[in-house]
Amino acid sequence: MQRIGVFVCHCGSNIAATVDVKKVAEMALMEPGVVHAEDYQYMCSEAGQARIQEAIKEKNLTGIVVCSCSPRMHENTFRKAVERAGLNPYMVEVANIREHCSWIHKDIEEATKKAVILMRAAVAKVNLNTPLKPGESRVTKRALVIGGGIAGIQTALDIADAGYKVDIVEKTPSIGGRMSQVDKTFPTLDCSACILTPKMVEANAHENITIYTYSEVENVSGFVGDFTVDIRKKARSVDMTKCTGCGVCQEKCPSKKTPSEFNRGLNNRSAIYTPFAQAIPNVPVIDREACIKFKTGKCGLCSKVCQAGAIDYDQKDEIITEKYGAIVVATGFDMIKLDKYDEYAYSQSKDVITSLELERIMNAAGPTKGHLERMSDGKPPKEMVFIQCVGSRCSDDRGKSYCSKICCMYTAKHAMLIRDKYPDVNVTVFYIDVRTPGKNFDEFYRRAVEDYGVNYIKGQVGKVIPQSNGKLLVRGVDLIDQKQIVKEADMVVLAAAIEPNPDVRKIATMLTASIDTNNFLTEAHAKLRPVESPTAGIFLSGVCQGPKDIPETVSQAGAAAVKAIGLLAKDKLMTNPCTAHSDELLCNGCSNCANVCPYGAISYEDKEVNDHGKREVRRIAQVNSALCQGCGACTVTCPSGAMDLQGFSNRQILAEVDAICR
Amino acid sequence: MSIEANEEFRPKIVAFCCNWCSYAGADLAGSSRLAYPADVKIIRVPCSCRVNPMFILRAFEKGADGVIMCGCHPGDCHYSTGNYYARRRMTLLFSMLDYIGVENGRTRVEWVSAAEGVKFSTTMNEFVEKIHSLGKNVRLGDLRCRN
Amino acid sequence: MQELIARAKELLANGTVARVLGWKAGDLPYNPEPAYFEKEEDFKDFVYNGFCGANLSKYMIEATKLEGKTLVCLKPCDTYSFNQLIMEHRVDREKAYIIGVGCKGKLDIEKIKKQGIKGIQSISGAEITDDAETLTINTLYGDKTIPYADGMLERCHVCKGKEHKIYDEIIGESKDTKDADRFDEVSRIESMKPEEKFAFFQKELSKCIRCNACRNACPACSCRKCVFDSNKFDSSQKANVDSFEEKMFHIIRAFHVAGRCTDCGECSRVCPQGIPLHLFNRKFIKDIDEFYGEFQAGEDITVKGPLTSFTFEDVEPSVVAERG
Repeated sequence: MQRIGVFVCHCGSNIAATVDVKKVAEMALMEPGVVHAEDYQYMCSEAGQARIQEAIKEKNLTGIVVCSCSPRMHENTFRKAVERAGLNPYMVEVANIREHCSWIHKDIEEATKKAVILMRAAVAKVNLNTPLKPGESRVTKRALVIGGGIAGIQTALDIADAGYKVDIVEKTPSIGGRMSQVDKTFPTLDCSACILTPKMVEANAHENITIYTYSEVENVSGFVGDFTVDIRKKARSVDMTKCTGCGVCQEKCPSKKTPSEFNRGLNNRSAIYTPFAQAIPNVPVIDREACIKFKTGKCGLCSKVCQAGAIDYDQKDEIITEKYGAIVVATGFDMIKLDKYDEYAYSQSKDVITSLELERIMNAAGPTKGHLERMSDGKPPKEMVFIQCVGSRCSDDRGKSYCSKICCMYTAKHAMLIRDKYPDVNVTVFYIDVRTPGKNFDEFYRRAVEDYGVNYIKGQVGKVIPQSNGKLLVRGVDLIDQKQIVKEADMVVLAAAIEPNPDVRKIATMLTASIDTNNFLTEAHAKLRPVESPTAGIFLSGVCQGPKDIPETVSQAGAAAVKAIGLLAKDKLMTNPCTAHSDELLCNGCSNCANVCPYGAISYEDKEVNDHGKREVRRIAQVNSALCQGCGACTVTCPSGAMDLQGFSNRQILAEVDAICR
Repeated sequence: MSIEANEEFRPKIVAFCCNWCSYAGADLAGSSRLAYPADVKIIRVPCSCRVNPMFILRAFEKGADGVIMCGCHPGDCHYSTGNYYARRRMTLLFSMLDYIGVENGRTRVEWVSAAEGVKFSTTMNEFVEKIHSLGKNVRLGDLRCRN
Repeated sequence: MQELIARAKELLANGTVARVLGWKAGDLPYNPEPAYFEKEEDFKDFVYNGFCGANLSKYMIEATKLEGKTLVCLKPCDTYSFNQLIMEHRVDREKAYIIGVGCKGKLDIEKIKKQGIKGIQSISGAEITDDAETLTINTLYGDKTIPYADGMLERCHVCKGKEHKIYDEIIGESKDTKDADRFDEVSRIESMKPEEKFAFFQKELSKCIRCNACRNACPACSCRKCVFDSNKFDSSQKANVDSFEEKMFHIIRAFHVAGRCTDCGECSRVCPQGIPLHLFNRKFIKDIDEFYGEFQAGEDITVKGPLTSFTFEDVEPSVVAERG
């Protein structure tokens, strides 16, 4: 039997004016287990806490009920107070007689009656409380960043600067990501490569960062603080320790007909290649599907010309297994495929391009050396039409329901850059809305309209028809002037929607991180925990969580790093003790609890149990208390009641029910 | 259903509120001084998915006249998915209670966010009024009487 | 039946299985009971006829823990239960040898008796191989003849079909005996006034003697220890003194098997008081079908049950009131 002390707070007059606090204390003494009851002006004050501590010592109290304000306000205060007096902090229950009683009732008799019942429920519960201890688990002081774009690089740099080891796993042969494909950035128009490459170099040179390019995460096990990850380092066919990055192999390679991924297929690359000149690492890979040596056994030219002897046709995939305390997902995005948008003639005309293709065309290192020209005939355009929201904010299943967020701004950028460099080119933008929230964003857009004379038309394009004269007939509507528009254009640029990297689904499954219907990773809380996954120890950086531009991506990357650092800085993790536990004698091993657990915290093991003398091996649910967040979904799914939640046990809640209905 | 003529019917109402949204919503109703009848007593649970149908049946059996469960709005669950499971469980349980002749007005689910103090108070006022109109719950306390 | 016995003996003899789970004749012509057969001579009591209604799936929880494989005879509808048990890791498929036995509908002796037939001495036409459409009942007062269907269990009138969902081999023909809608009775109750509903269930549940026959027979009710026998919910009482347990037992039991119940009908079949317990389970099934799409537990072991899954667009609990 517990020895319970009940402490009734006046909260000045907040409670005492409506609730007869003396009466509540008096009634408390009639409850089973209650050996002490008193009322006091402010229980949360130093003096109030001291009274609780004294009573614990004097009367050997084992459980405390504080009748006061909401537990959301002071439960922690009282827990700490009793802990200082040597009592387990989870032996405290708070009866909320302020927010749920004195503040909403006027009649003293009625409010007092209710306060007494709330007190009784808390006493009934505390009678069943047991001392709870937070669990402990170790933390491996190393972080994994999946994805080597600007988000992943920034997160890795921030974590590394804080003194922790970080590994970046990047699928392609170089880090850099989408940002390396971008020519200029809004709203400052500075060169993307000029701000990105120093970061790439810094990451590569950082003593705390290891970069695995041309590599993929193959398997993840473990949990927060203690993940074990298998990384597949794909065979590069080039020895990274020997290669000097001279580039001769790429020049000499006779197989040069593979569309360049980096240049979005606008030109071709060799079979042995680095995606772009500033690639990090500056070590090429052999695309075995395009390489003549791999296809026919003949050739081997690259090996012959390589003075360093770095070419290794026999290289095999390698699996690296490493332990991590935290994992940051930074898998980024791609543009959607436009095969469902035939009306824009993307597949019919080379002069209908996506915005990202335009970035490559505008880039001095791109397929046209930075000259704006038509991909069909190399002629400079005179009329350009930009179409916004291609696949974004889409109500049917062809595209995405969300706004891709970056298109309005980069289109303004493109329009402005073109008008600046080629003043004789007319630029028309068809838009649904122009969305420019962000620092200096609207000013930027207005400059495009006011200073650069870009022709913005509110309305959508219905059809783009390639003409026999090589031009593109654009049919659209102007919603403001309410008229049909037919325009002959030389080039049409589509602001295609962005979507999460398709690989993210596979990765999310490995991490048991939840994902939404659009394949964006779900944050633990949309407002308050935007860079954490609901799965503990998994953090979100960049567009994998939702569309965002570069500055937002960088800030989120930093925030994800801070969260990861906060985790790595701990030697041990104290886990919330209010977690689910399975009674192995009652567990059926049916898996229903694991099916509803949002955190993947429940696993099963075949365990020998001693059921009152009967020994047998049973399939038993095990809750990993480092992962369990204590929601209780499993407890209700469990038909036998084997699964119970500490701090909110079946018996505790039933005791409250009984006390209230008494 | 015989209540003494001069004895006012004071229903017993149990409200299960999730810690993160609805309990906070009830706190906000309190700090905004938005009154609702004292007949409502709140039990705090971590999530609506912690509410076992057995708790609700137990409340009715012990004499509750109405039971209401409040949780975060679908999509806003602190634990991502808890209230979706709770929604299915409660839908089926309430339908069963209706099926065995317990007036369906005695059970209710309402999604109340931490910002919806007004909604919490209005909901409780409505619910108490509903229970008043239904009178004392005799059925679930007496489902299995042996004659 | 002879083919079944011969095959069972063969599998025992060649060591494929260590025991056979089937039915042996009872002391009356209509009460065979589940039994294990381990030796050739045991088979003299083996029966398989229209009265072998018992769903043997649940016995396999313990049987598959034994050394060697167990041959089990499952009727088409029993295989759903077996699948559900596989899904919940309660039986070991590898240790079961399933003979899908033919079924042309099982008989309900209480229903036969209710037709005024007393002093039953023997019954013919109940053999599974019989093509007879009628049952001939030899009584102390002479022979009585009734159509086979008139003696069938309620659950056979709403037969799930003649297909075995899981088996190693099939012996005997099955027949789909469905001639009624399984939700008719549920719908009839749903359309009653609250007072009528309550009166109906109060009357039925008042018959309950808490013998636990329903719980023991139900393949979904297979917890190692029932909540009503543990102290986890303060509901454990040795004697029937706890009113909570008294009043809520059947509702809680139905909720615990909701989404897992295959509607095998064993609960009602074994109830000595004749309480139509399946009406609780079927109500849940009907609601699940209506709210979340048609679902048959045990049909596909790769599909999550309706109470361990959800969609964002699920109906709100207020649908119950709105539906009226």
